[in-house]
Amino acid sequence: MADKERVLVMGNQACVLGAIYAGLRFFAGYPITPSTEVAEGCARELPKIGGRFIQMEDEIGSIAAVIGASVSGLKAMTATSGPGYSLMIENLGYAYMTETPLVVINVQRGGPSTGLPTKVSQSDTMQAKWGPHGDYTAITVAPSTIGETVTEVIRAFNLAERFRTPVTVLLDEVLGHSRQIITLPEPGEIEIFDRVKPTCSPEEFEAFAMTPNMVSPMPAYGEGYRYVCTGLTHDTKGFTTNKSEEIAPKMYKLRHKIIDYQDEIHKMRAEKMDDAEVAFISYGSVARAALQATDIVRKAGYKVGALQLQTIWPFPDEKLREMCGKCRAVVVAELNMGQIVHEVRRALPPDIEVHELQRYDGEILTPMQLVNKLEEVL
Amino acid sequence: MTTATKNKKSQKSSVILDYLRPNKGMPSVWCAGCGNGIVMTAIIRAVDNLGLSKDEVVMASGIGCSSRMPMYLDFSALHTTHGRSLAFATGVKFARPELKVIDITGDGDALAIGGNHFIHACRRNIDITAILINNNIYGMTGGQGSPTTPSGAFSTTTPYGNSEKHFDPCSLAKAAGASFVARTTVYHATQMDTIIQKAISHRGFSLVEVISNCHTYYGRLNRMGDAVAMLNDFKNRAVPLAKSKKMTEEEMVGKFAIGVLHQEEKTEFCDVYQSVVDKVKGGK
Repeated sequence: MADKERVLVMGNQACVLGAIYAGLRFFAGYPITPSTEVAEGCARELPKIGGRFIQMEDEIGSIAAVIGASVSGLKAMTATSGPGYSLMIENLGYAYMTETPLVVINVQRGGPSTGLPTKVSQSDTMQAKWGPHGDYTAITVAPSTIGETVTEVIRAFNLAERFRTPVTVLLDEVLGHSRQIITLPEPGEIEIFDRVKPTCSPEEFEAFAMTPNMVSPMPAYGEGYRYVCTGLTHDTKGFTTNKSEEIAPKMYKLRHKIIDYQDEIHKMRAEKMDDAEVAFISYGSVARAALQATDIVRKAGYKVGALQLQTIWPFPDEKLREMCGKCRAVVVAELNMGQIVHEVRRALPPDIEVHELQRYDGEILTPMQLVNKLEEVL
Repeated sequence: MTTATKNKKSQKSSVILDYLRPNKGMPSVWCAGCGNGIVMTAIIRAVDNLGLSKDEVVMASGIGCSSRMPMYLDFSALHTTHGRSLAFATGVKFARPELKVIDITGDGDALAIGGNHFIHACRRNIDITAILINNNIYGMTGGQGSPTTPSGAFSTTTPYGNSEKHFDPCSLAKAAGASFVARTTVYHATQMDTIIQKAISHRGFSLVEVISNCHTYYGRLNRMGDAVAMLNDFKNRAVPLAKSKKMTEEEMVGKFAIGVLHQEEKTEFCDVYQSVVDKVKGGK
């Protein structure tokens, strides 16, 4: 066996490599800084494997086309940044309601509004959870390195297909535009999950049937299972309903098909946590600074560790409590005015001090800023 | 696509029943006398005459009265968000070009909130048949002015008469690049059968504007009478295309041309992209 393939790529290009590994065959998008290289990569690579790329008239149309492709049986993705993600929110809600698997990459920049197109931010963290109106449960993952971007995008596709739901991948400008030499997974090295298809006859088929794991088998258009796919609240067949006894089960399914299986979704990277008295909690590009800060402070003799949230939503309450069990304090570092820190406060017992370190001026948090913050805590 | 010969059987109501979705309770959301039902049966006859299988047809729609149609027909249905159906339909067609995609939309859905998606679907000349049921008003929300509400006409949001100008969907579609553009009315039901059949058979983006009656709101607010009176009005105001070309602008005031207004041979988006895929894959 030859050596594994090594490539020099930026985070945005890594998204394309991961997506194609996971089976991406359809991309629709609209140019926006700092995510455009994802679209450019898909435009170049997808025709080579018989896939399809389309540049739509806006982000609303982009995610609409992605949903159309997904219900037609293709693994589909779009990529954008803050203002575009805001435009996608409408049809992202449609995808939650219609239980349509797809992946949205959000390479975050500063906001609100047009904000800082070329500057880094992590201020869409809460939007990824509560973007669309209504009740649903979001899945969001966040890599921190270029190599991890490949594997987390693959994981995002697997989660989307496993749970029949849209999955957001949160990158940030620094991650999207940083270049690193990475080793690509070999074919077959990472397991790929494809949506479950119906095996019953079309006559017996119910598009949104309640199943033991609450995920309904999903046919592609043209395969003989003719059903109604609608954003209106619907019964198990897909027909619109106003009946309380049909509305409640649908809403229950949207939440519990995910929340009851969240152990399958949670992923957290722990560094030097075994004896840590204080822990950094971070995600995305900040997690790299946290790792370096941990090394620096460890050398000075302090028992410090680092936790990187690779799954942001659903928030890993229990796992975080378990990991921080021996800590007396944590420092939550993020590039916004305080978003994930509130989740950490909610999840941890009151005897663990929660400190916060934020930056929201378009620049990254440096390892030394994290070290300095830790000096206050220690 | 081969054009099947006209099938006598299709004139019987049993054909209509064959294409209604089983287990879907009627009545529909449409008011008694609404033109949407006339359009729906014309689509059924067109699909039946063309010999398409139910499995190869996907019917997409947005939000509004007309957009409820896919719920009632036994095709794959994609009932989407307001104005966005053509973008969803683009995803379906591009992903599975072998499917026949019919998009049902209304004047508010296609021309106001969906205006951008509408012109770009026309521009791409993607093989989708869009059937725009134009009743000059927002029916589902209770009679508000739309982009096709004529100047001076009354609606609940133009209580003193419409101050705005209206869109002509056919001119818009042609200018934006659609390769098949036709207009008919719910009075001209037999013509509608033929036109929809031609539109589905046409390779490229086709728009069929069907002038329809919303007697419940538009008709009532503008004192146009009941459904029958409104259909009679369409009969009186519609002019066959050939005849309209011989008429002066003054003679055409208050009237409109019906028929296939525009048709041209033009490369279709999915076909062109497939040739790109073949070239890229072949050159590898």
